Amino acid sequence: MDAAFLIAAGLTLAAAVAAMSLRNLIHCALCLVVTFFGVAALFLLLGAEFVSFAQVMVYVGAIAILIVFATLLTRSAGVTGEPLAFQPWLVGLGIAGLVVGAIVTSVAGSGLLPTESSRIVAAAPSTRELGEQLMSTYVLPLEVVGLLLTAALIGAAVLGLREPKPSTPPPKP
Amino acid sequence: MSPLERYLIVAALLFGIGLAGALTRRNAILVLAGIELMLTAANLNFIAFWRYGGHPADSGTGIVFVLFSIAVAAAETAVGLALIVTIYRHRHSTKLDEFDELKG
Repeated sequence: MDAAFLIAAGLTLAAAVAAMSLRNLIHCALCLVVTFFGVAALFLLLGAEFVSFAQVMVYVGAIAILIVFATLLTRSAGVTGEPLAFQPWLVGLGIAGLVVGAIVTSVAGSGLLPTESSRIVAAAPSTRELGEQLMSTYVLPLEVVGLLLTAALIGAAVLGLREPKPSTPPPKP
Repeated sequence: MSPLERYLIVAALLFGIGLAGALTRRNAILVLAGIELMLTAANLNFIAFWRYGGHPADSGTGIVFVLFSIAVAAAETAVGLALIVTIYRHRHSTKLDEFDELKG
């Protein structure tokens, strides 16, 4: 176990717990930023540099900022005295714990995963090769994703439009 | 424990934290954040399997898959937050348990 992995994984998990449990929504958004940086560090450790920087650009630069904007627009920043969770919150926690337990036991107990000795290290493609693959092999998925992003952009803009005020009520007699 | 298993277990824990947040928190924005955490955990699994899965022939497949997954996550967040802001304009609340009727 190398130290870099332990630090990145510990930081990611601790920040994720904080992001899901803090009371102030702005603090939650900032902890979410730390979580996404930790995951980007894990991507770097795995040798996927381009994905790591894309993660920082998209998740930290766009999604976390969007969450902060939504928090401010809906006036949910600040500390509230109301309960944070649904009342039988132990049920949700128990379900999540069951899912994690099932995944971890199956990962640790399965003999199907490739082990260290048998692994063949894939050569990480450079950004240039990645771009060439995106423009040749994966050009159709790329166009579909472009269409999806355009549709999402238009949809979000239409949803965010302020509805026109209803016409002035008829004058009272 | 092999390196692949370490990353898979970290991703499973991240998924569980996101799932717990999405299931228990009352605020709609944090439920969306929990869903983002779950998507990120899936991306971590993709990259871990790409690195240690042992398929040298398709060297870029895992990375390209994650790039598309990140794009879909961004689109989902944009539309989801626009929906939350629109609901807030009507109901003046982001608490999920107060959205209990279909009439606007």
